[in-house]
Amino acid sequence: MAAGDVLSLTPAGLYCRAGDFHIDPLRPVERALITHGHSDHARAGHGAVLATPETLGIMELRLGERFAGGAQDAAYGEPLTLGEARVSFHPAGHVLGSAQILIEAQGCRLVVSGDYKRARDPTCPAFEPIRCDAFITEATFGLPVFRHPDAQGEVEKLIASCGLFPDRAHLVGAYSLGKAQRVMALLREAGWDRPIWIHGAMEKVTAFYQAQGLDFGDIRKVAAQDRPKLGGEIVICPPSATQDLWARKFPDPVVAFASGWMRIRARARQGGVQLPLVISDHADWDELCATVEDTGCSELWITHGAEDALAHWATQRGLRARPLHLIGYGDEEEAEAAPETQP
Amino acid sequence: MNRFAALLDRLAYEPSRNNKLRLLTDYFRSQPDPDRGYALAAMTGGLTFAHAKPALIRALISERTDPTLFAMSYDYVGDLSETAALLWPPPQARDEALAPPSLSDIVEQLHETSKAALPQRLAGWLDMLDETGRWALLKLITGGLRIGVSARLAKTAVAAMGALAPDDVEEVWHGLRAPYLDLFAWVEGREPRPVTDDPAPFRTPMLAHALDERDFATLDPTDFSAEWKWDGVRVQAVAGLDAQGLGVQRLYSRTGEDMSQSCPDMLEALGNAGFGEVAIDGELLVVREGRVQPFGVLQQRLNRKSVSARLLADHPLHIRAYDLLMENGEDLRPLHFMERRARLEALIARSQPARFDLSPLVPFDSWEALAQARFSPSSAGAGEDADAIEGVMLKRLQSIYVPGRPKGPWWKWKRDPFNVDAVLMYAQRGHGRRSSFYSDFTFGVWRAGANGDELAPVGKAYFGFTDEELGLLDKWVRNNTLNRFGPVREVSHGPGDGLVLEIAFEGLNRSARHKSGLAMRFPRIARIRWDKPAKDADRIEALERLLRD
Repeated sequence: MAAGDVLSLTPAGLYCRAGDFHIDPLRPVERALITHGHSDHARAGHGAVLATPETLGIMELRLGERFAGGAQDAAYGEPLTLGEARVSFHPAGHVLGSAQILIEAQGCRLVVSGDYKRARDPTCPAFEPIRCDAFITEATFGLPVFRHPDAQGEVEKLIASCGLFPDRAHLVGAYSLGKAQRVMALLREAGWDRPIWIHGAMEKVTAFYQAQGLDFGDIRKVAAQDRPKLGGEIVICPPSATQDLWARKFPDPVVAFASGWMRIRARARQGGVQLPLVISDHADWDELCATVEDTGCSELWITHGAEDALAHWATQRGLRARPLHLIGYGDEEEAEAAPETQP
Repeated sequence: MNRFAALLDRLAYEPSRNNKLRLLTDYFRSQPDPDRGYALAAMTGGLTFAHAKPALIRALISERTDPTLFAMSYDYVGDLSETAALLWPPPQARDEALAPPSLSDIVEQLHETSKAALPQRLAGWLDMLDETGRWALLKLITGGLRIGVSARLAKTAVAAMGALAPDDVEEVWHGLRAPYLDLFAWVEGREPRPVTDDPAPFRTPMLAHALDERDFATLDPTDFSAEWKWDGVRVQAVAGLDAQGLGVQRLYSRTGEDMSQSCPDMLEALGNAGFGEVAIDGELLVVREGRVQPFGVLQQRLNRKSVSARLLADHPLHIRAYDLLMENGEDLRPLHFMERRARLEALIARSQPARFDLSPLVPFDSWEALAQARFSPSSAGAGEDADAIEGVMLKRLQSIYVPGRPKGPWWKWKRDPFNVDAVLMYAQRGHGRRSSFYSDFTFGVWRAGANGDELAPVGKAYFGFTDEELGLLDKWVRNNTLNRFGPVREVSHGPGDGLVLEIAFEGLNRSARHKSGLAMRFPRIARIRWDKPAKDADRIEALERLLRD
């Protein structure tokens, strides 16, 4: 049996006929399996949703209580039977609750990675490689120029800048689900013991993380009258906010941005970023290649990102590689990279 | 090297001049000699490494990467040094005892490395540096720092270490050499001002502000003198005498770069002019049989590194003199423009020099009369040279010569650009700051074809838009792609679905190289016409009417 008999591509995205479900569908469907809570993967309006409890919690938080007709928990590592298919969710190390989905059907094992990383993240369980016949991977950073450095070193850069410019507020653009909380945890590990200030838009998600037992120390929401007083302090906000009127009330802000895209200088300059921090929740090139090898797969599908380079690499190693060119994923990262381009 | 790399990295992202100064001054204060001196030399264009060429970088990285992956990466990143720095394989086992080289190690060793030994030496350094260090090293040796720091800003930062003005540093600058030990000793108050014995020093030129037509209300025509704004290269020609009393001639660009090597004919003419000791501010032009050639001809000449006898004969250089800054040791800059002008006129009349002449004044008695002259230079005295004129300059009669760009005494009033509404046809990803964005746009206008109207490509523009507009254009390109040809995308350009761009340009020439037979000068996007249907864009006949025969 080939992977193509188990999973196919429909206008809504990846579809498994044996189990009659879609994975991370781009439009409303009857039954959806969701890998993680980012809005390009977790959309509202499906009939039934199956996801990890954390992902369901995040969807409810962001999309409202009635985000789907029905919702069912899937704990990590517990297999479930859906029609002719067996499915199970496994940690992907991307954000809290993120999962890869293993499908066993028609004698074939397929893993859909969702978004993932291999680098350490104190805010979510680490990625677990799963042996499979076909691996369906993301490739957001699927070019060998993307080699993410140690995130701790990037956070130290931020702390050093606060020392060099003690009168300037340091605004750190970070995606509000996952990246923001990871930066908070990294700052605490690096010994930053001052309050960490946050934009109102990240309050809910941060509280959700805290309710799951994560401790970020003294986190304070920025009130309008606080802004002029925050010289030398660290303020975490959505990337687009760094370019808003909101940002102007801070004293001569240093605009930082925590994203894998910051590896490319032009990206950082385009976004008006002065302190690029290469901190990514996606696998870099080396991690992508290592992960493909870890799965032992003979067939590689690539959902989105820089598909062609990874497909080239895989083909050279004797794998069957298939770029899917799925449109619609990765938009959140794009928005992170160039917030000012949003109309 | 790491501290220097970190400085370059931070400077490259910092837009504010004051914060740049702070970063620079902090670096100069905290770093030892001679590292900081070499850093200053790097930022003022004082370091060149003859053998380090982009081809060398390409060769080194090609040996270490898959060619397809390299090509995809370069296309994405858009900058060779950066691509190589990112792709460089990390050393298998990093030897902790091997400290990364210092900036002075690198500069000093590079100068004594032969061309044949360079690849290996460079590879050794790249193995020892991190990504930022590799990027900085490759930028340093290929001479393309592009960190938004002018030589002037770097000198200002040095001046700020002591209580000096930037011009104090500027005045001694051309007598100093890297690593500038005497300069740092002076600004730190450890030693007296360095004695400069440069017999033909550079003087910071005076620049003009662009005139907004609303400014006329506040200006009185009787306070000003007008000249043509010649479309060449602003230069400073300096003749002096060295300690032995021998003549020394130099030609400087407006940024103080020594152009003497590429202009031996101009230097010889300066030596033979019989001026005595002078510093002349003027425009470098190519003049053939008494006629000023268009800027493109001058560019052909200046783009060549080595000047052949043929080029010297076909592209004779000429200076049209605007101003006289020094004569026989006397600094004329504190004099009023009209007094300096009289001295300049007398000098030219007395010497009758070959290859030098006076920039003529444009007579006018009202702003309307000047506007008429600017609109039609050929009928206002410029005659056949009118094509080499890009507007008029206004100089306040009572103004002294102030280095820099003071607001008020000098104004430039450029000719109005031409405009055309064209349809976007192809887009290509940009390089440098614009890489990963579709930012090079090929556009066309309608003409009658065999099967009805078709678009004829007439030019390519890659600026004129804001960052926000670039984002919108990039998005439009991605959503309206018809075909991909490598880095180029063909976009929808039908009468109903094309995007109209209002293009401003400075002039139009016939061109055999372009399909449409036209070449635009300095095209840029003036506006994005989201509102205008592509079928209503301009036709080629509108452009052909503008052609000068």
